[in-house]
Amino acid sequence: MAPETLIWLLPLPPLLAFFLIVLFTNRRNALSHSIAVGAAFLSWLGSMVVFILALQKEHLGEHPFEAALNWLPVGEGWLKIGVLIDPLSAVALFFVAWTVLMIFIYSVGYHNFGQPKGDHDRKGLPPHGATLTDEHGHKHTVPSIEPMYARFFAFIGLFAFGMYTLVLSDNLLTMFVGWEIMGLCSYLLIGFWYGKVSARSAMIKAFITTRVGDMFMLLGIVWLYSATGTLSFRAILWDQKVLDGLVATDGWFGLSAAACIGILLFLGTVGKSAQFPLHVWLPDAMEGPTPVSAMIHAATMVSAGVYAVIRMFPLLSAGMEHGALTPPMLAMAGIGAFTALFAATIAVAQNDIKRVLAYSTISQLGFMIAALGIGGYVAATFHLVTHAFFKALLFLASGAVIHGVEHGVLHTGQHIDPQDMFNMGGLRKKMPITFITFTIGGLALAGFPFITAGFWSKDEILADAFAHAPLVFVVLALSALLTAFYTMRQIVLTFGGEPRTQAAEHAQEVRWTMWLPLAILAFFAVTLGWVGIPEALSGGLVPNWVHEFVGSSLPHHPETLEFNMIPLITSLVVALGGLGLGFWYYRRVGSAAADRFQVPLLKNKYYIDEIYDRFLVKPAYWLADRFTNQILDRGIIDGALHGIARVAGSVGGILREDFDKPVINGIIGDGTANLYRTLARWLRPLQTGRVQQYLLMGFVLAFTALFYYIYTLRP
Amino acid sequence: MQFPVLSVIVLSPIIAGLLILLIPANRKTEIRMAALAAATLAMLLSAWVYFSYDVQQGGYQFIEHYTWLRQMGISYIVAVDGMNAPLVLLTGVVMFTGVLISWGLDDRPREFFAFLFILASGVFGVFVAQDLFMLFFFYEIAVFPMYLLISIWGWVQTREYAAMKLTLYLFIGSVVALIGGLAMYFEAGMVSFSMWDLARAGFSTEFQIFWFPFVFLGFAVLGGIFPFHNWSPDGHVAAPTAVSMFHAGVLMKLGAFAALRVGIMLLPEGAQFWKIGIMALALVNVVYGAFIAMVQTDFKYVIGFSSVSHMGLVMLGFSTLTPEGLTGAGLQMFSHGVMTALFFAVVGMVYDRAHTREINALGGFSKKMPWVAVAFIVGGLVSMGMPGLSGFVAEFPIFMGVWRVRPLVAIVAAISIVITASYIIRIIGRVFFGKMPEEFEHHIGDVTALDKLALVLLCAIMITIGVYPAIMAPMVSSGVESILRLLGGA
Repeated sequence: MAPETLIWLLPLPPLLAFFLIVLFTNRRNALSHSIAVGAAFLSWLGSMVVFILALQKEHLGEHPFEAALNWLPVGEGWLKIGVLIDPLSAVALFFVAWTVLMIFIYSVGYHNFGQPKGDHDRKGLPPHGATLTDEHGHKHTVPSIEPMYARFFAFIGLFAFGMYTLVLSDNLLTMFVGWEIMGLCSYLLIGFWYGKVSARSAMIKAFITTRVGDMFMLLGIVWLYSATGTLSFRAILWDQKVLDGLVATDGWFGLSAAACIGILLFLGTVGKSAQFPLHVWLPDAMEGPTPVSAMIHAATMVSAGVYAVIRMFPLLSAGMEHGALTPPMLAMAGIGAFTALFAATIAVAQNDIKRVLAYSTISQLGFMIAALGIGGYVAATFHLVTHAFFKALLFLASGAVIHGVEHGVLHTGQHIDPQDMFNMGGLRKKMPITFITFTIGGLALAGFPFITAGFWSKDEILADAFAHAPLVFVVLALSALLTAFYTMRQIVLTFGGEPRTQAAEHAQEVRWTMWLPLAILAFFAVTLGWVGIPEALSGGLVPNWVHEFVGSSLPHHPETLEFNMIPLITSLVVALGGLGLGFWYYRRVGSAAADRFQVPLLKNKYYIDEIYDRFLVKPAYWLADRFTNQILDRGIIDGALHGIARVAGSVGGILREDFDKPVINGIIGDGTANLYRTLARWLRPLQTGRVQQYLLMGFVLAFTALFYYIYTLRP
Repeated sequence: MQFPVLSVIVLSPIIAGLLILLIPANRKTEIRMAALAAATLAMLLSAWVYFSYDVQQGGYQFIEHYTWLRQMGISYIVAVDGMNAPLVLLTGVVMFTGVLISWGLDDRPREFFAFLFILASGVFGVFVAQDLFMLFFFYEIAVFPMYLLISIWGWVQTREYAAMKLTLYLFIGSVVALIGGLAMYFEAGMVSFSMWDLARAGFSTEFQIFWFPFVFLGFAVLGGIFPFHNWSPDGHVAAPTAVSMFHAGVLMKLGAFAALRVGIMLLPEGAQFWKIGIMALALVNVVYGAFIAMVQTDFKYVIGFSSVSHMGLVMLGFSTLTPEGLTGAGLQMFSHGVMTALFFAVVGMVYDRAHTREINALGGFSKKMPWVAVAFIVGGLVSMGMPGLSGFVAEFPIFMGVWRVRPLVAIVAAISIVITASYIIRIIGRVFFGKMPEEFEHHIGDVTALDKLALVLLCAIMITIGVYPAIMAPMVSSGVESILRLLGGA
C-alpha cells in the first residue's frame, strides 16, 4: 500500500465506528465499545506506520507525502480535499493517535462498563448508582453503567474523525471541515448529560463562542482564496512569490493583505483554543464527562486551534524583516502572553479539580500562542505535543480521582460534591496509581526540572521569549510560577494530608481500563521531553531531534538559538519555587475558608461572563427583539402595510360614500334613469292613442318646420 | 420525436389533481394512493431529467417548442439547463415528501391534494418555461391555489389574514413584473415572447436600467426580498404543513429563479447597474431575518424568518454576478429548498402532537420522536453551513463571490453565521432536549413510517450533496456560464 493510500484511510475507522454504532449497535454496549476502541486502535496503528515512514523518509520537509482530489467546483477552479504528511503533521499525528486511543480505552472504565444498570438512571443524566444485595442480605450501593453508553462511543468516534481529518489535511478547506466537525462534537459531548441545565447552557455557550471565531476564520479563508486562487498549504506557504504578493497587497487599516488574513485566521484559533476574550466556553465545558474533557483539552479541539496557527505560520510571519514582528505575530504574542497570566491567576482560586485544569489549559495554550507570536515555531509545536500528553494524563487522572470519590459517596451515602478538592485529601494511600500518575502529570505541567517533558518544552518557549521579547518573557515566567504553584496546590489538596470527608475516606482505586492509559500517558509525559533538549546543554550527547525534524516543516529552517543560562535558570527557579510555595502553603490549609487566595475577583473569573451577558448578549437580544422585530418589522414595515391597507380601505369608503353614491350613482347612474323617467312622465300626456290627435300634431310640427325653414334658411 | 418528458412533468400533476377530484370524497385511502402515485411519478421523472442532463454538452436540453398564438408570438417552449434542472428535481422531491407527510390529513383530502397538485404544475411550469408569456401564466397558476390552501386548511387564527396578505403581495409583485415583461416585448418589436428571442433583442442600456427594477423586484417579492418579505413568515405559519413545505421550499425559489431568469438574464446591463442596490437589500435580508428569527417564540415563525435570511443569501449570490456567487446561489436554492421543507415537516410533526408551537412550552421531544430530532439537527447543521452538508457547499461560494465584489458585505453577512447557529441551537436545546412537560409525557407518540421516509429522503439529499458536491455543482456551474456569457463575460 502506498503511504498516501494509508494516509487517506487513517481518519475513516472512527467515522465508520460512529455510523455503525448509531445505526446498528446502539443497544449493544460491549459491541459498541469494541467497535469504537477497535477503530481507534486501527487509526493508531496506521498512524504509527505513517509516523515511522515519515521518520525514515529523507527531506520530508521538501518532499512530503501528499495527495488531493477535486471536491467542489468554484468559478474556474476546484476546491480540493487532500492529505499531507510533513514533519509538523507527523508529530501532530503522533500525539493525536496516542491520546485518542488512551481516552477511548479509559472511557470503557469511566462509564462503568460491567456494572449493573442504575436504579433510577435516566438518559441525559449521569448514572446515580445501583443497589445490590449480597448473599448476607446486606445492601450496597455501587456505581451503575452510563445509560447512553453506546452513544458516547459513537460521538467520540466522530470527534476523533474530525481531529484526524484536520491534522492530515493539505489545505485550509479540509482543515475547516475537521474544525467544524469538532465544533459539532464538542457541542454534543459537552451536553452529553443534557438533562442537567448547566450542561445545556455549557453546550450552547461552547458552540456559539467558538462559532464567533469560526466566522472570522471563514472570512480569512475566503479572502485567502480570493487573493491566491488556492487553499493548499504547500501552494501558499511554501511559495515565496505568493507570500510576497500577499504582503505587497493592501488590506485594511493600513495593514497588508497577509496581515489581515493572518489576523482573521488567528481569531478562529482564539475561539477554538479558548484565548482571551473567547476563553469563556472552555471552563464550562467541564460539564461533559471527563474523557470528553480530555478529548477537548488535549487530543483534539483546543490543540486543533494551536495546530492551525502553527500550520499557517509562514503566512502569519510573512513580511517579517530583521526580527520585527508582523501584526498577526504581535497580536498572538500579546493575547497569548496575557491569556497565560490571566488564566493562571484564575486557576489559583478554583476549587473544582477539573476547573483548575481547565484554566491551566487556557494558560498553557497562551504559552503556545505567545511562543508562536515571537517566532518560536518549534517551541510552540514542542509544547503542543508535550502538553497534549500531560494534560490528557491530568484530566484522565482527575476523572479517576472523581470516580474514586464518587465510589466513596455511594458507599457512605454522604452527599458532597465529588469534584471539590476540599472534600478530598489523603487520597495518595487509597489511590496510589492515580496519585503517582497525577503527580507525574502535575510535575510536567509545572515544569519540574530535567526529568519532565513540560520542563523542556516550556524552557524552549522561555528561551525564545528571552531572546526576542523580554516583556513576554517576564509575563510567561510569572505565569509559569503561578502554574507550579496551583499545580502543587491541587496535588496537596487532593492527595496530601488526611481525608477531609467520609467519602474520601472510602475512595477506591480505579480498574485497569482506567489506570493503564494513565500509566502509558505518564510514560510519555516524562520521556517526550528528552527529544528536545538543547544541544548546548547536553553537550551534543543527545541531538535536539525536535528542532531538526519539526523545523524542517518550514521553507526556511529556523535558526538554533544561542544558548543562554538566564532563561534556563529562570525555568528552574519558577518551577521549583512555585512548587515549593504551593507545598509550603497548602500543607496547612484544611478548608476553603482558610485559603487566602479565594479572592472574589478571581473566584468569579474577573466577572467576564457577567460583563458579556450585560454588554453583548442582552443588547443583541434587545436589538433583535425590540428594535428589529417589534419596531422595524412589526411596527414600521407591517405598520406601513396595514396603513396602506387602511388607507386603501378608507379611500374605498370615501369613494363609495362621497363620490360613487352621490356622483356616479346619483348623477350618472340613477340620475340618468330619473331623467328619463321624468321626461317620460312629461311626455306621457302626448301619447293618448287617438289617431286624430297624432295627425293634428303631425300637421302642426310639419308646418312649424316648414315656416322655420322658409324664414330662417332662405337667403 | 423525443418523449416530451418536461410536458409530462408539468401537466401530470394538474391532470392527476383533476382526476383526484373525480374520486368520491369518502374514499380517502384511494385519494391518498392516487396522490402518492402522481407525486412519485413526478419525482421519478424529474430525477430522470436531472440525471440524464448532459453537463458536458451544457445549454438547454429536452427542448419542446410548439407555436400557440402566432399573431402575438406566444409559444409553448419548455427546456432545462444547469440552473433549473436542480429546481425541477427539488419540486419533485418536495411534492413527494409533501404527500407523504400529509397522509394523515383528514379534512377534505381530495380537494387538498387537487389544489396542491395544481400548484405543483404551476411551479414546474415556471421552472421550465422559456416563453415569457408561459412563465407568467404558470406563475399565476402557482400563486392562486395558495390562497385556497391557506385559507381553507390553514391555522385558524391567522389564515384569512395571511392568505390575503400573501396573495396580494404576490399578485402585485407579478403585475409589476408583467409590466416590465410587456415593456420588453414591445421594445423588442419581434412579436415574440420567447425568452431566447428576447435575450437577443439588444435592448438599449437606458431601457435595461429603467425596467430592471420592475422585473427583478416584482419577482423577488416572491423570493422574500426586504422590505417585501413580510408575507412570507405569516404565510408560512398559517399554511398547513405540506403547503408550508411547498411554499418555503419551492415557491420562494420560484420568485428568486424568475428574478434571475427574466431580470438578470434578459436585462443584464440593468443588473450590472443595480447590483449594489440588490446586494444591499439582500444583505439586509440575511442579517435582519436571522436577527428576528432569534427572538421568535413560535417555532414556525423562527423557521419562517430563517427562510427570509437564507433567501437573502440566494439573492446576495445573484447580486455578485460572479461565477462563484451565482453557482452558490443556484446551489443554495436547492439546498435551502430541501432544508426548509424538512424544517416545516418537523414543525408540523411536533405541532400535530403537541398542539402548540411555543418554544418554551415544548421540550424533550427527542425521547419521543428520535428520528425527527436527528432530522432536525441535520437540517439545522445545514442551515448553519456545517461542512459536509449541502449548506456549506452553497454558502461558501456565495461568500467567496461577495468577497470579490464587496468584502465588507461579506463580513456583515457572516454575522448571520453566528446568529443562525444561536437560534437553531436554541430550538434544538429547548424543543428536542430539555425537560418534557408533564402533559406531553403520556400522549405523545412517535411519527409514522411514512413521515420517517420523508425525513430520511430529505436528509439523505442534503448529506449527499454536502459530501459529494460534484453531483450538482458542475451542473449549476454550466448554467451559470451561460448567464455570464449574457453579461458579456463579466
